[in-house]
Amino acid sequence: MHAQLSRAVAAVVAALVLTSCASASGTRAIAGAGARTPAEQARVDGGRPAYTRSDVAFMQGMIGHHAQALVMAGLAAKNEAGSAVRVLAERIDVSQRDEILFMQRWLRERSETVPAVADTHAPHAAHAMPATSPTDHSSHMPGMLTAEQLAGLTAARGAEFDRLFLTYMIQHHEGAIVMVRQLFGSPGSGQEVNVFLFASEVEADQTAEIDRMRRMLLNKAP
Amino acid sequence: MSHQSRRRNSGALDGVARLGTRVRPLAIVLFAACATSPAASTSARRVADPGTGTASMSMSPPSPDPRVGLRAGWFDAGVASWNMRLVSATKPSPSFTNPSTPGDARLKNSDLAFKGTTVFQGNYSGWQAWDVSDPRAPRLRAAYVCPGSQSDVSVYGNLLFVSAEATSGRVDCGMEGVPDTVSAARARGIRIIDISDLAKPKYVTTVQTCRGSHTNTLVTSPNDRANVYIYVSGSSGVRSSNELAGCSGSPLETDPNTALFRIEVIQVPLANPAAARIVSSPRIFAGLQAAPRHGEQAADLEARPAREPRAERGPTQCHDITVYPAIGLAGGACSGYGVLLDISDVANPRRIDAVADTNFAAWHSATFSNDGSKVLFSDEWGGGTQPRCRATDNPIWGADAIFDLRDRKMAFRKYYKMPAAQTALENCVAHNGSLIPVPGRDIMVQSWYQGGINVIDWTDPDKVHEIAFFDRGPMDGAKLSSAGHWSAYWYNGHIYGSEIARGLDILELSPSAHLSQNELDAAKTVRFEQFNPQEQPKLVWPPSFVVARAYLDQLARGSGLGTERVTALRGELAAAERASGASRRTALTGLAVQLDRDAGAAADARRVRMLAGVLRELAAQ
Repeated sequence: MHAQLSRAVAAVVAALVLTSCASASGTRAIAGAGARTPAEQARVDGGRPAYTRSDVAFMQGMIGHHAQALVMAGLAAKNEAGSAVRVLAERIDVSQRDEILFMQRWLRERSETVPAVADTHAPHAAHAMPATSPTDHSSHMPGMLTAEQLAGLTAARGAEFDRLFLTYMIQHHEGAIVMVRQLFGSPGSGQEVNVFLFASEVEADQTAEIDRMRRMLLNKAP
Repeated sequence: MSHQSRRRNSGALDGVARLGTRVRPLAIVLFAACATSPAASTSARRVADPGTGTASMSMSPPSPDPRVGLRAGWFDAGVASWNMRLVSATKPSPSFTNPSTPGDARLKNSDLAFKGTTVFQGNYSGWQAWDVSDPRAPRLRAAYVCPGSQSDVSVYGNLLFVSAEATSGRVDCGMEGVPDTVSAARARGIRIIDISDLAKPKYVTTVQTCRGSHTNTLVTSPNDRANVYIYVSGSSGVRSSNELAGCSGSPLETDPNTALFRIEVIQVPLANPAAARIVSSPRIFAGLQAAPRHGEQAADLEARPAREPRAERGPTQCHDITVYPAIGLAGGACSGYGVLLDISDVANPRRIDAVADTNFAAWHSATFSNDGSKVLFSDEWGGGTQPRCRATDNPIWGADAIFDLRDRKMAFRKYYKMPAAQTALENCVAHNGSLIPVPGRDIMVQSWYQGGINVIDWTDPDKVHEIAFFDRGPMDGAKLSSAGHWSAYWYNGHIYGSEIARGLDILELSPSAHLSQNELDAAKTVRFEQFNPQEQPKLVWPPSFVVARAYLDQLARGSGLGTERVTALRGELAAAERASGASRRTALTGLAVQLDRDAGAAADARRVRMLAGVLRELAAQ
């Protein structure tokens, strides 16, 4: 489970024994209870802080999760959404598209499997990634729309589309927040700096959007 | 200032001062053994940055925009600037540099705080202190290793306050993280450091909070000199009550004591900072109903609840709070809302207004105009790590929004966004800035991450325009690598930029068609002993001839008074300056009386009266 982390810790201990204070490049350090400079730490871990299998699974899963949000957002214009939902959908589209690129980059840099996203109008996402897609896991992720829900949304128009879009996107966002909490609830996970920052950002952004969507929905209720 | 310069050479420290709560004797011994000669270790690493700055006497910005198409690079990226000049670019200390991994996210530089000639620079792995007595060659005073991100810093007297948010931050400042989901070793909240001796910073205590501290705002109270206060904004997850008693991340409906939907206020007794504690957790969002008042935006109207809210909850957190004690107000950038707080009772801030905005994703921070008639909020759409200034990005998203403040209510005026298109390789969105004390105008410097730094005039919200800029090419030519300016602030005559990956930039404005030498010199007459940008100080200009000349320049530029009259006034002002004693007083008073008459027929009567006011102040000296 935490093989990577354990390996890194072992490497750290070894390095600590070997270098008491001065490094090759002359940077001083305090030797003490695990005391190193960030520069020394980076040399020890090769510039890639330790991460866990749960971190990887979070990134891989969230790519699929975000991909469904893109599909939903992509329906807004042709399904005659109202102006508020169109603005919201456009922002979700830009935000989550960029975040997918970020997650793919994070995985690629660590030579982990990078899920592809079948999305024709994302030229950046279309190249330089293996075509392995763990879509079979997608349906198990919290908040994902079922095939029936997605079909219902695809068929809806106008005010009915707005209502369904908001309802389902709230469900979808709440699922993403559950994924973040599961990540932080998993020992050793969410410690790697990029994972922490990204997961925290997902939680903060999507919580704000849920609040906004609830208000929009409230206003549409008959 | 003077006490600062005296301390300048009191044992500078390169490398590390990783001094946790309990420094072990062994560590001290080893530290001493490892010390190299101060002479060899204190020189700041200045880099030759090929600044290609231009100062222009034309009102038009350069075209084509030189910020487009700059060469990529870490310390050798292409540079473009207009009406400002890079004085020095100082790399992070070697302890905070990972040469093998450009853009190592553990080593991001974050926010700045200022005291005397020392600049404190937060870093995701701790903080550094720079002596900037000579802005051309900043000297490293301390590199303090203490991971925890974001390490936002505030300074007061001999105390430094540092935000810790990450779940990997430790109370002993160790690098090893905290793998356990519940652990007493974890530090999330405010770290308090005694910096009386920068060569040996002393860790005083950690004030733990449920959500950690994303940012912090130092607040002083005119009625309470024994304490200072810290407003803590925490925006990441709530920790377990097993780790910190009382923490709950439940919805407000099921748990009235939830750590969501509030901020924390820490009181720090100056006589005993170790006794700092949370004194209140104001629910500043209580009963908050959506108040989006962009009447002209249909999308906002749709987002407004039409009836009694049931599960109406408002934001769960603030991202950042800017206090402006001189007017008793604070601007809170809180998730989907901008809120206005009354802070007359510092420990118990009270919400007095709130706005939401369809075009704002994540309200980030606030800057008030000096007279308190306007407030500018920024929107950090994408959290600062995404490229949001591409040609394809909506120019009102990830931007600034300017509001009028009337009767302590906010009324939307305009959006503003840095206009130069950036690449998909550059994270870019509105971020931190501060006012530049040019009298008679609202001028502000702002950072845009890899969009660089720009200076805007927002005196008239309908005509916000750029008057200077500085930008580098992407950190990496092949992939998005997070870098750029976290913050850019004016402090005692220079602009200080905290560059996430590249270190500390010091810049100066050049006189231009948009900003005269007199206006620039007048700005430099406003000086502070200490400056935390999130506690906005009232700008007050000591009476001086240069302030009067700055007003005359503005009257000439804006045709606020007839050209010939301005020329005549320049001559009379110069004559008064040459005179002394009673004859100077008589000349100044006489000029002021003339100006009162001029004001009646002037296109810019207000500015003419401001000029008369300065002359009367000078006469009274």
